[in-house]
Amino acid sequence: MAKPTKPPKPEELVKIDYNPPEKPWMEVPVEFKPGTFCYGTRPKYLEEVGLPNPREWSPTDDDWKLPSDWKDIVLDGIGERLKKYRSFQLFMDICVRCGACADKCHFFIGSGDPKNMPVLRAELMRSVYRKYFSTGGKLFGNLAGARELTFDVFKEWWYYFYQCTECRRCSVFCPYGIDTAEITMMARELFNLLGCNTDWIAGPVANCYRKGNHLGLEPHTITSNIEFMLDDIEEITGIKIEPTFNRKGAEILFVTPSGDLFGDPGTYTCMGYLMLFHELGLDYTWSTYASEGGNFGFFTSMEMAKRLNYKIYAEAKRLGVKWILGGECGHMWRVVHQYMDTWNGPADFLEEPVSPITGTKFENAKTTKMVHIAEFTADLIKHGKLKLDPSRNDHLKVTYHDSCNTSRGMGILEEPRYILKNVCNHFHEMPEDTIREKTFCCGSGTGLNAGENMELRMRGGFPRANAVKHVRDSHGVNMLANICAIDRATLSALMQYWVPDVEVCGVHELLGNALVMTGEKERETDLRLEPLPGKEEDEDV
Amino acid sequence: MGALLSFFVVIVLVLIALVGVKGAGLYVLFGTIIPYAAVATFILGVILRVIKWSRSPVPFHIPTTCGQEKSLPWIKYNKLESPAGTLGVIGRMALEVLLFRSLFRNLKTELREGPKLVYGSNKWLWLAGLAFHWSFLIVLIRHLRFFTHPVPEFVNIIDSLDGFLQIGSPHLLMTGVVLLLAVTYLFLRRVFIPQVRYISLPADYLPLFLIIGIATSGILMRYFYKVDIIKVKELTLGLATFSPEVPAGIGAVFYVHLFLISSLFAYFPFSKLMHMGGVFLSPTRNLANNSRMKRHVNPWNYPVKVHTYEEYEEEFREKMKNAGIPVEKE
Repeated sequence: MAKPTKPPKPEELVKIDYNPPEKPWMEVPVEFKPGTFCYGTRPKYLEEVGLPNPREWSPTDDDWKLPSDWKDIVLDGIGERLKKYRSFQLFMDICVRCGACADKCHFFIGSGDPKNMPVLRAELMRSVYRKYFSTGGKLFGNLAGARELTFDVFKEWWYYFYQCTECRRCSVFCPYGIDTAEITMMARELFNLLGCNTDWIAGPVANCYRKGNHLGLEPHTITSNIEFMLDDIEEITGIKIEPTFNRKGAEILFVTPSGDLFGDPGTYTCMGYLMLFHELGLDYTWSTYASEGGNFGFFTSMEMAKRLNYKIYAEAKRLGVKWILGGECGHMWRVVHQYMDTWNGPADFLEEPVSPITGTKFENAKTTKMVHIAEFTADLIKHGKLKLDPSRNDHLKVTYHDSCNTSRGMGILEEPRYILKNVCNHFHEMPEDTIREKTFCCGSGTGLNAGENMELRMRGGFPRANAVKHVRDSHGVNMLANICAIDRATLSALMQYWVPDVEVCGVHELLGNALVMTGEKERETDLRLEPLPGKEEDEDV
Repeated sequence: MGALLSFFVVIVLVLIALVGVKGAGLYVLFGTIIPYAAVATFILGVILRVIKWSRSPVPFHIPTTCGQEKSLPWIKYNKLESPAGTLGVIGRMALEVLLFRSLFRNLKTELREGPKLVYGSNKWLWLAGLAFHWSFLIVLIRHLRFFTHPVPEFVNIIDSLDGFLQIGSPHLLMTGVVLLLAVTYLFLRRVFIPQVRYISLPADYLPLFLIIGIATSGILMRYFYKVDIIKVKELTLGLATFSPEVPAGIGAVFYVHLFLISSLFAYFPFSKLMHMGGVFLSPTRNLANNSRMKRHVNPWNYPVKVHTYEEYEEEFREKMKNAGIPVEKE
């Protein structure tokens, strides 16, 4: 494998030419530019989960070692999916190419590559659909916008459908709601019929399948990672917390992305959860088996996603909990909110979630029986169940990044904002066209958060970073809060590149800072063990 | 390239109609057979297409949420952009279909010095789209006067509203002009915006030219090369009552108009124009955001191979015990 190339400097990268080339797009061959694509998967990852065509290969190879009947596999795969998904069938047929989506895609804004316009990304697939599945395309070929499926076309798909983060921003602006994510998902399913996943997706999938989480943390590593956090919490607050793992009979199973268990700033968010649950005296348990809320299977195929997601309900059933509480994560919540019950439900062995602290019934989660922690915490604050000292976050000027999935695939917009406004005194929104349903992707979602495609990530994250820069310049913002584990990892790199003095945190890290715990000692530092500023002058609120 | 080709196709269609009636005198063919065939193709084609779409199920509940979900009672949720029930969905769809809500959101993204990305309001496409579709609809309704006897009152009302400016004789009908202007704008933006030109196919220009041809021939017929309107109505009413007859002496421009309309109708089910029906079926718009409240069933859901807890504990039992994690089998 080639070494990861460093992205060019920001001032170079931002020289973006939005003018399409002279040649029609079908005549422009795909070029695998270093820094803009991920490595092909190693065979062992496919073998571990029983996916086809495991072999050593690289996207830059001339020969991808595809089976000889690869074309039939792809075309049959398309035909099968057209019959299974109305979205796919419809979105192949009804686009009018009005172009409203074009400059809505963060990858197009950051690269200027016309094949990153959502409409053209979809046309890469539609052109083949027309050739083999529509009368007009069969009769008139190129004149009807149809083209043959060739190996070069397949490579082009691979390059560009791994430059879409399924963020759905285009679908917000499309007059027919055409969602490129639906098309990208189908394309990625097709790649996986031929063993052409990326290494960065296939690895976490294999880890998650066998070990329960993407990072491949084994049970004892999970507990010891959390113990490190508990030591830090004790140092900061003087309080010793003793969470439980795989405990039968707990009221609540807590599931969060494994990113929260490993590496900052995710671990700070995790400390926030631990402190909150301890302060509430919540009867809950962690699971080392269902130790992943996220789902890289979702970036592989629906079947793989379902296979990984299975563990959450299975573990809830085994442990006999009443309901499930989920941590901060973007695509995890797309999956929980829109897919989990359909795949692996009905969860009739669970009870309708009720907050044991406030008695609030979470009626919006009454069949899936899984509550988002921001819903849970917002309810606590509203009922005055938490003692909060927002001045402990006074060194932070905070803005909030809506994750693609939680905003456009769920609609949880107000809860995290409500929490933030209660736990910190300085909160500033980014420009309105870059937040809520119009939020911009971090540029690294759907498993594109690898190291070898850093230029692509910095390009895709440019619109997000630019909006952060705006509030940094106008309000002195120095902290970018979010409710997504992938954001916490990827936005850190993005900020370093574009807006170096802004740090990244989860909402529950700031809650952990502000939470006044029973019997805690006078806090000297925040959860990052950085000294709280100007403590002597501050009065408790 | 695509534009030229489509333009050429429409010119050929015009010539076919002219030669057909003027040269070959095929009045029955162009006056009855082709219109009937076109309408039949349209109806059958649209039905078949919609049936084809409906046969593909909606396995997952995937609305694109464009506003706050319904969650805690004290948080105001967005009933139209993130509807939790059927009523909200109807509202959302009505806004989408009648007012092009999503297109109204359109923004123009610009990269300026700094670097600074600026998002400006960009409502021209929305405005032209809305003007085009609504005026087309009104023009269609106005044309009911050719297919009904007596003419329903609402058609007369629409007619007089449309001509309320009372310019010229016969009165200028605004929608015809708006239609032509809007469709011309849609064509020009396709040609002049580089990204839109880059993605445009012949299939994107063809309907535009067809409609420009239809509107132009209609306007010519009404204001300039006047045709015998009584005879036209004899023909159209005959078509509508399935007793077709073709009176002699209707000007050729009428047959051009009719043939272009027939072409559009026949082409419709095979083209992107099916977005008209498709928008109603779009699962990102027509589903309520209630998937945690109400279970959505996938008709082809099938069992998958999973990694069970037993297999997991089998592999990690010793490590779990050493870490003090409870296990099922000691």
